[in-house]
Amino acid sequence: MIETETIETGTTEIGTIPMSSQIIAIDGNQAAAHVAHRLSEVIAIYPITPSSTMGEWADEWSARSTNNIWGTVPSVTAMQSEGGAAGAVHGALQMGTLSTTFTASQGLLLMIPNMFKIAGELTPTVFHISARTVATHALSIFGDHSDVMAARSTGFAMLASNNAQEVADLATIAHAAALESRIPFMHFFDGFRTSHEVTKVRLPSDDDLRAMIDPKLVLAHRERGLTPQRPVLRGSAQNPDVFFQAREAANPFYNNGPNIVQRLMDSYAKLVGRSYNLFDYVGAADADRVIVMMGSGADTVQETIEHLTNRGERVGLLKVRLYRPFDVARFIDALPKSVRTVAVLDRTKEPGASGEPLYQDVVTALMEHASYTGNHFQRMPRAIGGRYGLSSKEFTPAMVSAVFDEMTKERPKNHFTIGIDDDVCQTSLEVDPDFCTEDENTIRAMFYGLGSDGTVSANKNSIKIIGEGTDFDVQGYFVYDSKKAGSVTVSHLRFGAKPIRSRYLVKRANFIACHQQGFVDQLDMLSHATDGATFLLNTRASADEAWDTLTLDMQRTLIEKRMTFHVIDGYHVAAESGMGRRINTIMQTCFFAISGVLPRDEAIAKIKSAIEKTYAKKGEAVVKKNFEAVDMAIANLFEVPVPKTTTTDRQRPASVPEQAPAFVRDVTARMIEHAGDALPVSRMPVDGTFPTATARWEKRGIALEIPVWDPKTCIQCNKCALVCPHAAIRANVFSEECLGGAPDAFQHIAARGKDYAGLSYALQVAPEDCTGCGLCVEICPAKNKSETRLRAINMAAQPPLLEQERENFAFFLGLPEFDRTRLKNNTVKDSQFMLPLFEYSGACVGCGETPYVKLVSQLFGDRTVIANATGCSSIYGGNLPTTPWTVNQAGRGPAWANSLFEDNAEFGLGFRLAVDRQRSFAGELLETLRDSIGSELVTEILQADQTTEAGITAQRDRVEALKAKLRSVETPERFHLSSVADALIRQSIWIMGGDGWAYDIGFGGLDHVLASGRNVNILVLDTEVYSNTGGQMSKATPRGAVAKFAAAGKESEKKDLGAIAMSYGNVYVAQIAMGANDTPTVKAIVEAESYDGPSLILAYSQCIAHGINMRKGMDTHKTAVNSGHWPLYRFDPRRKQNGENPLQLDSKAPSLSLEQFQSTQNRFNVLTKSQPDRARDLHQQAQQATTARFEKYQRLAEPRAKRE
Amino acid sequence: MDLSTNYMGLRLKNPLVAGASPLSRDVDRVRELEDAGISAVVMYSLFEEQLAHAEGETEHYEEFGAESYAEALSYLPSVTFFHNGPAEYIEHLSKLKDAVDIPIIASLNGATDGGWIDFSRQLEAAGADGIELNIYLLATDPSVSAAGIENTYTDVLDAVKRTVSIPVAIKLSPYFTSLAHFANRLDEHGADALVLFNRFYQPDIDLETLDVVPDLVFSARHEMRLPLRWVAILDPQIEASLAASTGVFTAADVIKLTMAGADVAMLCAALLRNGITQTVPRILREINEWLCEHEYESLHQLQGSMNHETCGNAGAFERANYLRALNSFT
Repeated sequence: MIETETIETGTTEIGTIPMSSQIIAIDGNQAAAHVAHRLSEVIAIYPITPSSTMGEWADEWSARSTNNIWGTVPSVTAMQSEGGAAGAVHGALQMGTLSTTFTASQGLLLMIPNMFKIAGELTPTVFHISARTVATHALSIFGDHSDVMAARSTGFAMLASNNAQEVADLATIAHAAALESRIPFMHFFDGFRTSHEVTKVRLPSDDDLRAMIDPKLVLAHRERGLTPQRPVLRGSAQNPDVFFQAREAANPFYNNGPNIVQRLMDSYAKLVGRSYNLFDYVGAADADRVIVMMGSGADTVQETIEHLTNRGERVGLLKVRLYRPFDVARFIDALPKSVRTVAVLDRTKEPGASGEPLYQDVVTALMEHASYTGNHFQRMPRAIGGRYGLSSKEFTPAMVSAVFDEMTKERPKNHFTIGIDDDVCQTSLEVDPDFCTEDENTIRAMFYGLGSDGTVSANKNSIKIIGEGTDFDVQGYFVYDSKKAGSVTVSHLRFGAKPIRSRYLVKRANFIACHQQGFVDQLDMLSHATDGATFLLNTRASADEAWDTLTLDMQRTLIEKRMTFHVIDGYHVAAESGMGRRINTIMQTCFFAISGVLPRDEAIAKIKSAIEKTYAKKGEAVVKKNFEAVDMAIANLFEVPVPKTTTTDRQRPASVPEQAPAFVRDVTARMIEHAGDALPVSRMPVDGTFPTATARWEKRGIALEIPVWDPKTCIQCNKCALVCPHAAIRANVFSEECLGGAPDAFQHIAARGKDYAGLSYALQVAPEDCTGCGLCVEICPAKNKSETRLRAINMAAQPPLLEQERENFAFFLGLPEFDRTRLKNNTVKDSQFMLPLFEYSGACVGCGETPYVKLVSQLFGDRTVIANATGCSSIYGGNLPTTPWTVNQAGRGPAWANSLFEDNAEFGLGFRLAVDRQRSFAGELLETLRDSIGSELVTEILQADQTTEAGITAQRDRVEALKAKLRSVETPERFHLSSVADALIRQSIWIMGGDGWAYDIGFGGLDHVLASGRNVNILVLDTEVYSNTGGQMSKATPRGAVAKFAAAGKESEKKDLGAIAMSYGNVYVAQIAMGANDTPTVKAIVEAESYDGPSLILAYSQCIAHGINMRKGMDTHKTAVNSGHWPLYRFDPRRKQNGENPLQLDSKAPSLSLEQFQSTQNRFNVLTKSQPDRARDLHQQAQQATTARFEKYQRLAEPRAKRE
Repeated sequence: MDLSTNYMGLRLKNPLVAGASPLSRDVDRVRELEDAGISAVVMYSLFEEQLAHAEGETEHYEEFGAESYAEALSYLPSVTFFHNGPAEYIEHLSKLKDAVDIPIIASLNGATDGGWIDFSRQLEAAGADGIELNIYLLATDPSVSAAGIENTYTDVLDAVKRTVSIPVAIKLSPYFTSLAHFANRLDEHGADALVLFNRFYQPDIDLETLDVVPDLVFSARHEMRLPLRWVAILDPQIEASLAASTGVFTAADVIKLTMAGADVAMLCAALLRNGITQTVPRILREINEWLCEHEYESLHQLQGSMNHETCGNAGAFERANYLRALNSFT
């Protein structure tokens, strides 16, 4: 009997992993984590895409007391950064334990210092790397080898896996080889393509693992550990006399490393039947052209080679598995003697080098061979190198074929690129778009879904059903777009009898499903269809009406390709079967019913069995409603006859309007249309500089319902505009004359308040930019007096309102901006008459961060420079295609930059140092040129009072006057003064980021910047969790909350960052929560900005990771504050000058228990449900700490006299 | 003094039972109840809606926002073992059974019979000494008749009685058209006890926010009069045990209710408001003292001695009582 344990992937349970091997459908990260967890004792982790799930698995397994192969549960510890994780691993290794970690990209870079040490000390470990692009001109979360190549000089061995099966196998070999060779290993595989692609994997059994790990080596490693019983010293400081020799002393280990790896590969092959070599050759035995590469692309090359050799071409592939130590002799031996041209493909770029890293190694190996022996080849081959696949750029058989074609040329391009159109330096190779190697008998399916509609999870489930329940090979790869709200997901699935090696997106699909009717007008879905393919559309239209909802292009394609067309009203079925708006099970059933991948009855039975397995733990009702959805789906699925001719002339609308700027029309629009791959090099900015103000051109219209204003009920408080995460509700006051040409439906009313006497007030919704979160409705304090369920703003269906509101909004945007100098910037109401310079971001529906960001942009946006830490705010703020940071009518707006995750405070301080230096320099030059410019203007500029909006405006005018005068000054200094004159206008430096940055990875820098005394404003958007990477614990996470890396609930109290900052005495500190009390929120931001020193604002931000009803997000601010979890306060050092206590509490003593705050949030409830006793203990401790903390603040805030 | 009583087939050392309240969520509090002298504990109610909601909620939040964005394919770790509703409740019941020797009566609050059958079986298997059905039906649907509502109660009772062999009590609201008739029907359908009465949370209106707000008001002493009357009326009519469960604060209250015919008095607000150790020992002591002082041999002796039949003035529990009260007031 096989012993089994439960294993899950993503959010759906996908089966059981047996202790003896059995085939399961998982992704590469899970395969790596499985082996690593089984073979380790101490695991230190830190989240970074795309490696995060490896750490999450390890944490979850240990939280569930899953043993390693020695029968003990590995300890898993989340650290404050990858540098910290590497340090902890290093320490654990020094103590003789088996230790591992997982990372990627910048994370790996932060580990490099420790990696040199670990390798220098010959310490066996394995770092599992889902290789990802290193940030250069831009950040990218996607896959290439730039990270591992940056770490190639550390002394770590490097072992590459090309697919999830190899990940499981080579992870095992890496752990075994590290122990035996004493060389630490980087085991790497392609981020996303391998880390996230779901395929069939046969995991090594525990017996296999035990057979591979020699217990004597484990004991020997332990024996080398530090202990007072056998004291030794490591990490000495050495001098020129011996360092060099000591460095060379390790050579024998590296020399022997490849032999050990090969021997272990051979042992493993005997054990499991899967054979590997340091260099594996596939292809024609007499090949004249050979590609050398590593990574997932190798599978694609192999598929292409099978196709080409069948046509008689003499081509081959050498897969490099062990890249370091590089075994030159084995490399040469593995190449066919007949080879005439070697093309080395590198998935990285090393600007300025003589070639990319693998190319350099290959050239060196060939040269060494030629120089010393030179007798392997019939004739010495030539070598060319090329770059491919940067940041997960597609790498297809057509590209492989192009490379092989290039190799036939007399003078092939060297240092070429493949997969792009380089029209600047002409490095790229031409690719034949019709070249295809896909097996016609393999079912290739594409599913277009909306994030959160369940399309991806349903597809993962289908892969599991077919992969684990049949002999078919399977593959699932999922493409997500760059928006967090309303994002499009495209699932690429293959099922076939033959092994699937196609590590690229489905190019020719015989099944295409569109799960959202709206995509018909947005995406080109059918161009990928093969002749005779099936198209399934989820539509509210009936079978009779559905054809007419299609665009002309779609109708034409369906006819020309003789496709079949099926429809279902999935949302109707979902509602009827109790699934709400989740159409996952329904659409999955339709796929099985019409794709023919399995006999229909068998498929339905398998779906139901999978539902039972997946949802049993969630309760009988969930299983039942899913069953009902399956049955109803079959009954509501209809085939629509495809007519012989088209019946419409409707075209897909343009993605951006004609009046958009040229860059948006030519470049941004292509990205919006998912056609960015076709953009040539010449259209790209050379240094990563992009225009702002582009989000306004991307009208997504994702809200099903939008708010509708009721002017008669409205009290004009502007709270709705304040909390709107997407700047989709705008308020303005204006004179009657401005109403000329207003659309009939444009609503306005007499403005309230003496400051606006005689003016009109309007509140306007942006119907295509609203995401329908409903925060505005929930925050509205005004209720209809006759029908209290209605407020001054109420949600209503978007489609009937769209045209009218679009027109109204366009008119509204044309109204003049109210004179800022007449507004009181420290009131909620007036702040919302200021133009938001952060609009329509891709943040989540109901995001709690963006209202604060938008508020800062309103208050100071036209004179602000922002340093943004990597995280949610850098993604919704800076992820292409469009940019929410925007400009006012004068063309001024926030200038924004993202450096890294860990250095943001320092990065922003650099802004301040530069501005101050420029201002000083400008001051000095003003004095120098005083006579030429005019003494009066110089004095006015130097002594300008810029504490008010009016003062700043006046200074701006003076600087313009200065620039005008300088044009007639004829001294060399005038050029310098002209270029630094803008620094004389007060600039606002903002440093923004999340709690992962401020509390953890960036804390050291943040602390230093606070201590610097310099005038910077730090806004911490505190979601109490690493939101962007999927909810990992940070030191801001409250005790008892469940998060990834704290699957059993966080044990320690939330760090009191505000108290730390206040301890400096000269730092302005505020803790705010907009939904609890908006007045101190606005005041704090204004006070912080006006303070001539460092300011820290901690802003409570609800988040999708909290497991709350996001529509009630602002209510959680209230319970956070009223329970004492989030006391509101402002600490203003300036108050000391007046003899006042600098600390003012803006919230009262807790009126709710902490439980009342926690009980509406799934992050706490999960623990109550999974470990009730532990939950109770942690929550009690949290309550005690909360009470004590509030009392402390109360004491500290007491008036000075009273305290004395 | 012998204070023992028989309630729904359970032999209890005294008539003080802790009614369904949050106190039973904490094992230590239940130990404290036993130490203070309480003779049985009714567990907090598990709500049917809560159960269905919990299942849906877990599923919703686990999948909410998932698989939408490449960096965050989920937002919470997946938890394998969920103590949703029944599992959590049953686990807690087992803990209480391990912790104390006094009987533990499980409490189910629902309006349909579907989910409770299987769950009742699990409660019995986990060692519950009895089940209290708290069938909560606020009759807002104009198409449902009084008889229809009553049938729902008997249907649920029948289903549960068929499933388990432990005693089953029914907690009632006072809002039945013919309470005596209905109580007799429940008696005929095999109810082992009737608990008089359930108190509903009565909503309030917040005049500032114009919100309807739930408001929990503890029962007050005078509210004991309602169960007092109905216990007295029903005691001679039905076989089932009777529990009085509203407004019980003092020894005098317990003695009066027992005289009216109650087999037990359920304490709830008194425990929550005044504390366990400040309430239970005092009531027990005072009952003892009163019984001694008035030369009773046991509590049993006075049980039902002043019910509708035995008090010698049946009208006092009926309409005349109302008239006299008004007269005496004016």
